Amino acid sequence: MDQKFLDLIKEALEIEDREPQMEDAFKEYNEWDSLSQLTLIAELDDQFGVTVTSDELKGIITLQELLDQVKKAQG
Amino acid sequence: MALLSFDQVGILGMAAAVPAQTIRNREYTEFFAAEDVAEIVDKTGIEERRFAPAGMCASDLVFAAAEKLIADLTIDKEEIDLLVFVSQTPDYRMPATSVLLQDRLGLSKQTMAFDLSLGCSAFVYALSVVYSLVHSGQIRKALLLDGETRSRVYHPKDRRVAFLFGDGGVAALIEKNPKFGKSYFSLNSDGSRGDLIKIKAGGYRYPSSAETVQERVVDEHGNISTDEHGAMNGADVFNFVIQEIPSDIKRILTAAETEKDAIDYFVFHQANAFMNGYLAKKLKLPLEKVPSCIREFGNTSSVSIPLTIVSQLQGQMDGSTKMLLSGFGVGMSWASCVMDFEGCWISDLVEV
Repeated sequence: MDQKFLDLIKEALEIEDREPQMEDAFKEYNEWDSLSQLTLIAELDDQFGVTVTSDELKGIITLQELLDQVKKAQG
Repeated sequence: MALLSFDQVGILGMAAAVPAQTIRNREYTEFFAAEDVAEIVDKTGIEERRFAPAGMCASDLVFAAAEKLIADLTIDKEEIDLLVFVSQTPDYRMPATSVLLQDRLGLSKQTMAFDLSLGCSAFVYALSVVYSLVHSGQIRKALLLDGETRSRVYHPKDRRVAFLFGDGGVAALIEKNPKFGKSYFSLNSDGSRGDLIKIKAGGYRYPSSAETVQERVVDEHGNISTDEHGAMNGADVFNFVIQEIPSDIKRILTAAETEKDAIDYFVFHQANAFMNGYLAKKLKLPLEKVPSCIREFGNTSSVSIPLTIVSQLQGQMDGSTKMLLSGFGVGMSWASCVMDFEGCWISDLVEV
């Protein structure tokens, strides 16, 4: 699941020059903005069947924390 | 659960009017760099919008659409017993714009007229109200007018909303007639998400004042707006849509005892191409059954569903056409319906 998740992040945020790492503070990526956030929401819904709200996202810093939230939402 | 159904009530014809003034989004670069704008346009799919010039109201657009429709169908105005005006951009806070339109259109003083204030869900909501009244009473013909000047609602220095919204107005004539079959409506609301799309000031909770018209930076990206302009949390609106709309579509299909494959056209509120594209994908709908006018008119709130029908489906609904309409947005409020259009007249698009 971890690799599937990292692949999803790379694709959703259109990251071309590097591999995202679990400890990355992804909201500091150049690629992160309100438009890429929409793609992320769609991909998380499509591939993992979960939604992550803006409020939940506010408290999340690293990709690991985002993945933890996804797993929690999946129950 | 608000599931309604009616029999032998339907839409005789529809017309739409848009301002002639066309805004090309890629050239709408007064406040933002062309490359940033291009990125937004690529994502939202909104190339052009129509802006009402100063002095033109939603009521002027629906008036033009109504006159066109009444003339095309050679309707005797004496037979119009009900006028409903749908908008969140009315002429005045009072009186209701529908009442002014009764006089302007030269309708009888025995016309029942009132306004209905909802956003992107409003056309379907208003159809259910009009169908209900026509179904139950002695109303010969009903005129449903739906107009918006949403271009004025959002601040041009707030990039989250500055490139999305446009203006337009539509008219639909509805009557009771044995040629129409059954129609089904699902109507919903969730006020707990009222903050997702909101104009804070100008009502009675936060009256307009010197402070509410002040421009200020409203987020960490430096977007500028005022309390008199619309604010939108796009990410959570998207979350709302993917959580609620597919299940509402399932609900209305079940209520109508029909299946996805039997629907000829799915006409959704035109929010933006990304959201609508994902919705169609999630519902596994063939794209040729999902008409769109987002590219040329942007998001026109409640007008977007009928404007899509008038601008995209003219000449493609001969005979009986099974339609599923679904509107969703500010409130949050959402509504879906299934009905057969029976030779519904579509007027040529009017430019004002």
